[in-house]
Amino acid sequence: MRRYSYTRAKLTDRAFKYVALSFTAFALGVLVVLLIDIFSKGIARINWDFFRNLPSRHAEKSGIMTALAGMLSLLFFTIIIALPIGILAGIYLQEYGKKNRLAKLIEINISNLAGVPSVIYGILGLTLFVRILKLGNSLIAGALTLGLLILPIIIVTTREAIRAVPDSLREASYGMGATKWQTTSKVVFPFALGGILTGIILAVSRAIGETAPLLVIGALVYVPFIPEGPRDQFTTLPIQIFNWTTRPQAAFIVNAAAGIIVLLLITFLLNGIAIYIRNKWYKKIRY
Amino acid sequence: MFKLETRNANLWYGEKQALKNISIGIEPNSVTSFIGPSGCGKSTLLRCFNRMNDLIENTKIKGEFLLDNTDIYDMDVYELRKKVGMVFQKPNPFPKSIFENVAYGLRIVGGKDRNEIKDKVELSLKNAALWDEVNGILNKPALSLSGGQQQRLCIARTLAIEPTVVLMDEPASALDPISTSKIEDLIYELKQKFTIVIVTHNMQQAARISNKTAFFYLGELIEFDNTDKMFTNPQNERTQNYVTGRFG
Repeated sequence: MRRYSYTRAKLTDRAFKYVALSFTAFALGVLVVLLIDIFSKGIARINWDFFRNLPSRHAEKSGIMTALAGMLSLLFFTIIIALPIGILAGIYLQEYGKKNRLAKLIEINISNLAGVPSVIYGILGLTLFVRILKLGNSLIAGALTLGLLILPIIIVTTREAIRAVPDSLREASYGMGATKWQTTSKVVFPFALGGILTGIILAVSRAIGETAPLLVIGALVYVPFIPEGPRDQFTTLPIQIFNWTTRPQAAFIVNAAAGIIVLLLITFLLNGIAIYIRNKWYKKIRY
Repeated sequence: MFKLETRNANLWYGEKQALKNISIGIEPNSVTSFIGPSGCGKSTLLRCFNRMNDLIENTKIKGEFLLDNTDIYDMDVYELRKKVGMVFQKPNPFPKSIFENVAYGLRIVGGKDRNEIKDKVELSLKNAALWDEVNGILNKPALSLSGGQQQRLCIARTLAIEPTVVLMDEPASALDPISTSKIEDLIYELKQKFTIVIVTHNMQQAARISNKTAFFYLGELIEFDNTDKMFTNPQNERTQNYVTGRFG
């Protein structure tokens, strides 16, 4: 009897492994099919002119220069705005703030904010930045909107990274007469930096792909110039791709596929850099 | 004159009273052991001497705590902790290099001169009997050392800020016998220059290294006397039962 149930447990074990494997394979399979589809359509379209040309109503003359420049400037300003605020807020809430009911409420709300649909942030940005603060549909209005969108992600991951720092290290530092600031800046923050970087990776990846809130605040679909300052109008690569996919001509679909490839490569590159930095950091503190 | 002294010390964690009316005086350049079963308040009292209990929320403290006859609550807490260093139960080196671990305390007091820091790091490592083992690998990560070496590194780190008192909270309980005996030898050396208070669960250790021993039970100081007397001829029955291993 015992032997029987043992064999059965082993069988279940093995069965579960194959079921899990097949689901993973299915998910990966779908992704591979999508990638093959996009690459086969778009790869031939990618050449120097594609990066250099302005958008045009002729598909084959159309390029992504303004969209790419717009997206990178937008990311730059978004990070400049959200990173310091998010990291400092996370450090304050975890390391300095009192742990009472209000703090709990704030914590839950920030986590909820991370799950709010991005269109809602677009509407907030439209009202607050575009209309009330009269920033118009400018780069800075877009960056502020995206900044708000990724702020909760940065705050939550910063808090978690700070929470993961063992108390024994804080005690060691305080025990030598270090102040709170010395302990936080020399012991807690360096230890948590790896986790904070992970949060930044997540946040930036999210910001790159966003289209909806930018459309809501009025980012343009056709921009024949590169933004030169934060008050300029702009478009981004995802918006450009979205625009191309709505065109009836097949040639624009090819452009969209090529645009997607560029977007994927940029996402890969940014994530790769961040993961490289993070791993280097972990090696330094863990060994 | 006592180096450290408490008069009618009481401490509560929330509703629970952890220390009850404790008055004890600790002589300079000696080793004093605190013994007693878990939860008897010995670590709590140790942490009172450098105000580490201030970091725990909901703690209420009453009574007098004196360092060199000065109330430690009249002193700047950061200055106090520089004079009263602490070594913890589990070795807790920073995830930095061996050198940077010892230099940490020097840097937080504003030490900038590179040669001075280098000299003090070397001296502290020598004082902690670790220099011969780490000379030449000072830039290696502290966490690559063995547990016993890490604990001596933590002691070196504490000695670097030149305290006059070193508090040790079961410093050898996580270590193997060889590392433990190295730490004990070190404590014996250190009492020439420092006043040492050590919490230990190891009766033989208390007997081997300390001049005086204090026995705590349920937050009260039951008996405090010279170590040999505590272990050979204790006045209190509870002390006798504890040191002979009949309870605890």
